[in-house]
Amino acid sequence: MAFAAFSHGGGGSKKTAAPASKGSGKVALLLLLPGLLYLAVFFIAPLFSLIATSLQTMDISSGFPIYNYGFQVSNYVDVVSQYGPQIFRSFFYALLATISALVISYPLAYFIGVKARRWPLLQGLMLTLVIAPFFISFLLRTFAWKQIFSNESWIVNTLQSTGLLANDQYLVGTPFMVIFGLTYAFIPFMTLPIYSTLERLDIRYLEAGADLYASPVTTFRKITLPLSLPGIISGTLLTFIPIAGDYVNASRDFLGSTETAMIGNVVETNYLQINDYPAASALSVLLMLAILLLVTFYVKRSGTDDLL
Amino acid sequence: MATEFVARGADLELKGIRKEFPGFTAIEDLDLHIPAGEFFALLGPSGCGKTTTLRLVAGLDEPTKGQILIGGKDVTHTKAHERPVNTVFQSYALFPHMSVLENVAFGLKQRKIDDPMSKAQASLDLVELGHLALRRPAQLSGGQQQRVALARALVNRPSLLLLDEPLGALDLKLRRQMQIELKAIQMEVGLTFLHVTHDQEEAMDMADTVAVMNKGRIEQMGSPEKLYDRPKTVFVSKFLGQSNLFVGNVEEENASSISINVAGSKITVPKDRAEKHKGKIAVGVRPEKAFFHEEKPKLGAGHNLIGPGEIIDIRFTGVSNQYLIEIPNLGNVTVFAQNIGKSPVTELGAKVWVSWKVEHAFGLSDLPTNTGNETITESITVQ
Repeated sequence: MAFAAFSHGGGGSKKTAAPASKGSGKVALLLLLPGLLYLAVFFIAPLFSLIATSLQTMDISSGFPIYNYGFQVSNYVDVVSQYGPQIFRSFFYALLATISALVISYPLAYFIGVKARRWPLLQGLMLTLVIAPFFISFLLRTFAWKQIFSNESWIVNTLQSTGLLANDQYLVGTPFMVIFGLTYAFIPFMTLPIYSTLERLDIRYLEAGADLYASPVTTFRKITLPLSLPGIISGTLLTFIPIAGDYVNASRDFLGSTETAMIGNVVETNYLQINDYPAASALSVLLMLAILLLVTFYVKRSGTDDLL
Repeated sequence: MATEFVARGADLELKGIRKEFPGFTAIEDLDLHIPAGEFFALLGPSGCGKTTTLRLVAGLDEPTKGQILIGGKDVTHTKAHERPVNTVFQSYALFPHMSVLENVAFGLKQRKIDDPMSKAQASLDLVELGHLALRRPAQLSGGQQQRVALARALVNRPSLLLLDEPLGALDLKLRRQMQIELKAIQMEVGLTFLHVTHDQEEAMDMADTVAVMNKGRIEQMGSPEKLYDRPKTVFVSKFLGQSNLFVGNVEEENASSISINVAGSKITVPKDRAEKHKGKIAVGVRPEKAFFHEEKPKLGAGHNLIGPGEIIDIRFTGVSNQYLIEIPNLGNVTVFAQNIGKSPVTELGAKVWVSWKVEHAFGLSDLPTNTGNETITESITVQ
């Protein structure tokens, strides 16, 4: 699905392959085989392993926990009741960060894709700048933000001296900081798909809109926006899905605190620190299902079913 | 904003319009008046500034200098969406994310006109596409899309309808059909049409008035008949149909006519059909008004006669035969002879004389760029 999300452009993905003749069927299968094998080994098998682990039973008769394969559905009930706030927080943060990224990215993509068409050099430069952060490690960049907004930084000092922050209030560790970090990290994923639809937007449609008595605002609302919808859908999917599972920004080591923990952080803690593998697996499966449901609903509602 | 739902055309006036783009001037000092209810064609080759003129009238570009008045109201600085003008774009520009019906209703909805959907449906019925109202534009053929674009513009009953080569993408048969339909619709609704085209046949066939445009200027304007019968410049004589042109010095002059000397032959043109009466001038005649004779004819003073020459090419075009005759020192002359079953001569190499009535000749205001005795017979006919 994530791959399909890249191929926006209306009915583009509805194209059917040319009917293959009988002989080429076997060749096609042979060519598909490496890919299918790869998927089987690195996706299907781990997925089943994950589901199996999430249903394991715990045996503490020997003094320390031993996990056996079983069908312990209550694992799911337990994690939901125990980590409800973190699950909710993950999606809430993901929603806020996705909306923020969209608000920032759309005008940016519009400028690069439509307004800057007359200056290809500027267009290229701006696109490079959008992608440039990828040249630096994601972790380093997140650390850099932590430094920039650290408790002793001039930004925090200034905010405190102007009274916007109380003297005992800081930025790092707050939900604002986590959402800020998430938004920043995923802006390119939002900007690029929107840019690629806007870049192909035919200006003549906008002229036709103006010719048919639509003001610039109405033209944008009735023509530009619907025509760039595939890019917006792709962008929001590419942003929302990874953000919901992100565990770097919200982690105590980076921009977050225990109060900002998201599902990713809980999975990490359960798996690496408490060694509660069934709980970690159950949370992972739940996250996957929740995202799948939300995205299906979203794509259906937005009328771009062919993205799925 | 033009909210009134008018059913009558308005007149268009362009005063001293100039449009400069970085590096070149698209339109130079254009003055134009199109009376209300007229079908007006701007005819010219690509790059002559005709589409720019249209865009200025539509409000999609602003002139560098000059004034645009629609129905007597200055709209020079009015935004496109506030002008009582609609355009049928060359590319149609139908909104791909809307149904055909929604496309047609778009303008009505923007102006908050009652019952836009049924008006749009009626407009689609007018172009005989009512049954395809719920399709997407991409599901229609080129000709159907063109008619949707026409319906989308017409439904708004604009004071002025602009047509930007709307028939360019159609095949010949469909184009003929659309030309007839367009003309019928224009007569029926009485709107002012400004039609931009490079197709001379289309312009002559449909328009009440044709303005021939070249290099950002209007070379000549008038009824199609007048333009064809009496072109004033070399460009017009070549762009609108074909012409045989002869260049020479005026050597004789009497009360009603002048004669030029072209390599010893005397060619006479009536004074009232000549732009210049002195010096070196170009005189032309249309190929279908010229005749050839196998023997030197005895003609009166009312005729021009040149020759003898040799037939070097014969083309059969169905309704007529086109003969290319090479006359020594005079160059090549084209003669069209109606194919009525008795073509005078059919074999190449025959020795012939060419004649035409003095009253069919015309004198031009300028000279062909390739001066001398060479005759210009090529024409720009784009199909």
